[in-house]
Amino acid sequence: MRDIAVVSVAQHQEKALTHTTEVELMVPIINEARGAVGLTQDDIGFTCSGSSDFLAGQAFSFVHTLDAVGAVPPISESHVEMDGAWALYEAWVKLQIGGVDTALVYSYGKSSPGSLRDVLSTQLDPYYLGPLWPDAFSMAALQARIMLESGAVSEQRLAEIAVRSLNGAAGNPLAVRSSAEATVESVLAEAPIADPLRPSDCAASADGGVAVVLAAGDRARELCERPAWIKGIDHRIDPHQPGVRDLTRAPSAEMAAAQAGASADRLDAAELAAPFTTQEHILELELGLGNGTAVNTSGGALAGHTMMAAGLMRIADAARQIHDEQADRVLGHAASGLYLQQNLVCVMEGE
Amino acid sequence: MSADPSIPPAALSGEVSLPEKLADVEPVRSVRTPIRLEYDFIPGSASSGYLNAFADRKILGQQSPVDGAVFVPPRGVDPRHGAATPDYVELPDTGHVGGFCVTRLPIPGRDDLEIPYVSAWIHLDGADIGFLGLVAGIDTSEVRMGMRVRAVWKPDDELGCTAENILYWEPTGEPDIPVTAAGTNAWHAKQAAAGEPG
Repeated sequence: MRDIAVVSVAQHQEKALTHTTEVELMVPIINEARGAVGLTQDDIGFTCSGSSDFLAGQAFSFVHTLDAVGAVPPISESHVEMDGAWALYEAWVKLQIGGVDTALVYSYGKSSPGSLRDVLSTQLDPYYLGPLWPDAFSMAALQARIMLESGAVSEQRLAEIAVRSLNGAAGNPLAVRSSAEATVESVLAEAPIADPLRPSDCAASADGGVAVVLAAGDRARELCERPAWIKGIDHRIDPHQPGVRDLTRAPSAEMAAAQAGASADRLDAAELAAPFTTQEHILELELGLGNGTAVNTSGGALAGHTMMAAGLMRIADAARQIHDEQADRVLGHAASGLYLQQNLVCVMEGE
Repeated sequence: MSADPSIPPAALSGEVSLPEKLADVEPVRSVRTPIRLEYDFIPGSASSGYLNAFADRKILGQQSPVDGAVFVPPRGVDPRHGAATPDYVELPDTGHVGGFCVTRLPIPGRDDLEIPYVSAWIHLDGADIGFLGLVAGIDTSEVRMGMRVRAVWKPDDELGCTAENILYWEPTGEPDIPVTAAGTNAWHAKQAAAGEPG
């Protein structure tokens, strides 16, 4: 195995991009990520991105965004209809195979032109669930009810997770929902929007993008004072049909964490891409995060959920803590699908 | 798995076991799952500048900060380098046909468009790449690469922030540009001379 590290990250997020195309969004982000380590596209061995046509409302929408990369002369490139964390995984595999020493990974999501709650319904099977058009909040509330009634979590605990996000996000300029004053009492006083879920239980929808530069071995050491070395990365998936799953659990998250070696040593920080407090609670248990781990100091995905980028943003936030010497060993997590169906865990360390 | 694609997989070709009372019911052959998603697109910064000027009969391009190449319509970026292009340049509404095709199929929703019609890459004077337009005011058999054209605009009171402002491009009657220098040929020759990939 080659040593591969995140050497540079850049991101932007806001509530709604009302005067910016996806290309205009990504030009400064990609240039910032490359420029911070003195690279141009000519120095990048492989480029991989993640996005969704259902957000853009355009077929093959990712081809437009290559304008922000610069594809002259032609570049080695790939795209996944996934959160950018899976694009990072593909780039990591490409670097492991060898032949290239650097990779650019980016993803973006602009859900504000449409209705994300409805777009997410199109991920359901088209025979039984899809025709009912259950919206994303209602589906999550069904899970929350099962969790609360079975004793898997308490309303108090969900409120604590919401407060952790709101308070943490107060120090994160990229968060779109934050409150330094929020308390468990103030969250529990909110009227539910999809009973039993309250507004603070549901991630705040955002538009944004993120870019990450990966480098292997000595190249990483040249480019970055303190690279965030990827010590383990894995992704796993549970069945699509929610009826066959225990909705209080996420076995794929547990297995991905085990395969990535998350518990091999103390984790200073973890950044989780959970779109609901219920799912953040499940993840903490499945990933085995203990008291010594600072969870979502950025506010996490709850404080700003950019569909298709929230996971790569978490990995970027975790890696930055290594770069800035705030932490020595961190975990970045990404999820996709209904009820945390698919999970990716990336464990990174500084030297 | 069968090697012959015309033979369905065993799972689909076998008899389905149904309860007795459904034995004679006609099989369901399709399910209707209507999907309707609505999007409100915004044109973005570069296109907003272009469309606002277009409503005043002005055509704006943007200039590459790398080598000064002019792109029209502007997209806020030089796609060769991924470099932002904040600087607009105003272009004339004259140019030449860089490439064209004669279409004999109607476009759904465009009953006003008589067939055959000519769509063409219009290369404006001063622009380095072309953009799409209709060519009219000339028999379709006489349209040619390198032919000089000018814009025929809608009347002033019908102009808006839309690509429909230019009805079509008509010949100016000036001498043609040599095919070797027309359209992307000129662009690639210029790029090669500068030692740039193009």
